[in-house]
Amino acid sequence: MSGADVLVWVVLPYVSTAVFAVGLWWRWRYDKFGWTTRSSQVYESRLLRLGSPLFHFGILLVLLGHVGGLLVPESWTNAVGIGEGTYHVVAVGLGSVSGLATVVGLAILIYRRRTVGPVFSATTRNDKAMYVVLGLTILVGVANTLGNVTGGYDYRQSVALWVRGVLSFNVDAALMAGAPLGFQVHAVLACVLFAMWPFTRLVHVFSVPLGYLARPYVVYRSRDQRETLGSRGPRPGWEPTSRHEPREPVRARRTR
Amino acid sequence: MRVMAQMAMVMNLDKCIGCHTCSVTCKQAWTNRSGVEYAWFNNVETRPGQGYPRTYEDQQRWQGGWVRDRRGRLRLRAGGRLRKLATIFSNPVLPTINDYYEPWTYDYETLVEAPLGEHTPVARPKSLISGEDMKISWSANWDDDLGGGPELTSHDPLLAKISADIKLSYEQVFMFYLPRICEHCLNPSCVASCPSGAMYKRSEDGIVLVDQDRCRGWRMCVTGCPYKKVYFNHRTGKAEKCTFCYPRIEVGLPTVCAETCVGRLRYIGVVLYDADRVLEAASVADPTELYRAQRSVLLDPNDPEVAAAAEAGGIPRDWVQAAQRSPVWALISTYQVALPLHPEYRTMPMVWYIPPLSPVVDALRETGHDAEDVDNLFGAVDALRIPAAYLAELFTAGDVGIVDGVLRRLAAMRAYMRGVSLDGTRDESVAARVGMSGSQVEDMYRLLAIAKYEDRYVIPRAHAELGDPGQKAHELEELATGCSLDVEGGPGMGGWGPFGESSGRLAPVAVETFHVLKTRQRPGAEPGPTGGPGDEEPAAPPPGAETGPTGGPGDDQSAAPR
Repeated sequence: MSGADVLVWVVLPYVSTAVFAVGLWWRWRYDKFGWTTRSSQVYESRLLRLGSPLFHFGILLVLLGHVGGLLVPESWTNAVGIGEGTYHVVAVGLGSVSGLATVVGLAILIYRRRTVGPVFSATTRNDKAMYVVLGLTILVGVANTLGNVTGGYDYRQSVALWVRGVLSFNVDAALMAGAPLGFQVHAVLACVLFAMWPFTRLVHVFSVPLGYLARPYVVYRSRDQRETLGSRGPRPGWEPTSRHEPREPVRARRTR
Repeated sequence: MRVMAQMAMVMNLDKCIGCHTCSVTCKQAWTNRSGVEYAWFNNVETRPGQGYPRTYEDQQRWQGGWVRDRRGRLRLRAGGRLRKLATIFSNPVLPTINDYYEPWTYDYETLVEAPLGEHTPVARPKSLISGEDMKISWSANWDDDLGGGPELTSHDPLLAKISADIKLSYEQVFMFYLPRICEHCLNPSCVASCPSGAMYKRSEDGIVLVDQDRCRGWRMCVTGCPYKKVYFNHRTGKAEKCTFCYPRIEVGLPTVCAETCVGRLRYIGVVLYDADRVLEAASVADPTELYRAQRSVLLDPNDPEVAAAAEAGGIPRDWVQAAQRSPVWALISTYQVALPLHPEYRTMPMVWYIPPLSPVVDALRETGHDAEDVDNLFGAVDALRIPAAYLAELFTAGDVGIVDGVLRRLAAMRAYMRGVSLDGTRDESVAARVGMSGSQVEDMYRLLAIAKYEDRYVIPRAHAELGDPGQKAHELEELATGCSLDVEGGPGMGGWGPFGESSGRLAPVAVETFHVLKTRQRPGAEPGPTGGPGDEEPAAPPPGAETGPTGGPGDDQSAAPR
């Protein structure tokens, strides 16, 4: 096991997790105002109505699949009578369907972002970087699933063990070092994605409004006593009205 | 009985000349910013007309407000909690920017920078959304003064509810203006629609606000509000709405729209209501009963029992006194001339309107009749069913009788006061025909026609001492030394920014301080309106005082990278 292996399969995941956790805490503390996805639905609704649910429900299923495949040990599924064969059929079946929905959804969303002028204008460099990493991660992941339809590679005996090792502070870099390239790339991309997470609009994942199901409809709150009477603190979002540089319909470079 | 106080407004539509001053001053104060170029917290619509956003009153399409289900319970028209969460990835009925209008500016630069040429340079309209040249084809008041004619006007959703055959001659009959702000409802469906719980109704004064730090931009409030008075800031990704100018209200000043109203048609005051009865009143079966139900929720502040319950419930005595003097209460309940806008949405709106009598008077005058004779006027109110039916669609869920009663009261006031002005007769019989006494009519006249500043605005100041005692001492110093960074989660967290005492953003200056300082600068000035201990010592303006209450150019947006 080389030093590079340790760097990639031991150091990287922990650096990434640390950045993820500390970054989220920092962002929450200092930037609650920026904690949003900056929806572009007011600019364009038709494509979004198609792409967004497709992508989001797809990726939620994908998340569920990852929990099932990586965090649940094989011995548990065996114990409830799900053999390797059954598991694999279900995993590939659900994985392909959810992966396909995610990819198609993402493709629609990216197409929309690129071609609808106002939506493209509202896209930051940060967003674009996030799209690249997220898109690559998803594509490599789907490729892994499709390339492993026969079940030739049992990731539950390697990748899953490595992930659980990372989570239980007992990492074995060799487990990943021996994995196929596709799985390795997917894991590295995922680490990068997690490290980016707190600094991109992906933070919206952590504001699933489940509290809505439990609270009364109408919320009452007292006057904010931290504000001086008769005043309103300066806050972000008070930039004067400005005009974007005009841009070509499709092939334009964002200058703002 | 759970007594709560509510800041409410009444607008006297007879006086609205459609000058849009309220809209413009509101825009300058609140929405002259990137991301809300298209948003008008206050707008003035010509009725009949499509309104802003276009046809927002068509709830079949826009799904705003509440509906009563078969079991007699209220539910959000756009769907309950589970449905909201299921459709969170894309709101099924969100108005897009084109339903409001595409905001624009003009390319003024070419006017000064164009090289010498044969043709005069022109400032082309440029979209504020895409930055490109655009053809201006709609705006917040495109059909102002019935502009665009029957083609546009006929899309008014309310016209569909009135019988079709009168439509054509109808525009010739009348037109009036409807200024609209957020209704600050007692049963707000926008608040109920917010998945994040970021929208709330202030318990002290009932003002409905959006907590920008808790808003996650799900946009359900925009759909939930049947008046479409919550706007989505497309740059920051947050909901924004009319704040009832709370920093001004808190120190006893009227809202910007009311203060600058040329026609002086707005009234602001406190009403007391029974919070326990709101839901019941909003759920009555017959929509035409909603007006009366809504009025029954309001409590008589002169009733000693109510006053006692209010004080027991923590409402300060000066607020109860203000409620007793409230012009809003008087117009709604004593004279019963103010009506809520679209009570059928079941949100219990708290901006009320006195329907315009002027179309009736004008129509009468044109026919050569004496437009101030009480019999002529009453006859005309009855005969001109079209305006009354239209007004009823707007204010009473279609019950023409209520509108008729209000118009008759206004007509009677007109006729009675003509007697007083012309020959000094006080014809009690005219007042009696609408169930009022002569002195009541004269009181109403004073409030509606003389409309002194201090009669129109009875606004009790907010009580800072009701909060945290430590904070109270700070407030009483009355200096705007409060650091806006000291909020939880703010970079300050205790006096100054992360890089030392002068780092961070500018401290806000309070409207209150501004007025106190101005008073002091006059020789022989009385003590400032607060009368607090801080008055003895002249206060130096804090650094950054000149930036005004809305912050200055120092506001950087670290929040949303772009």
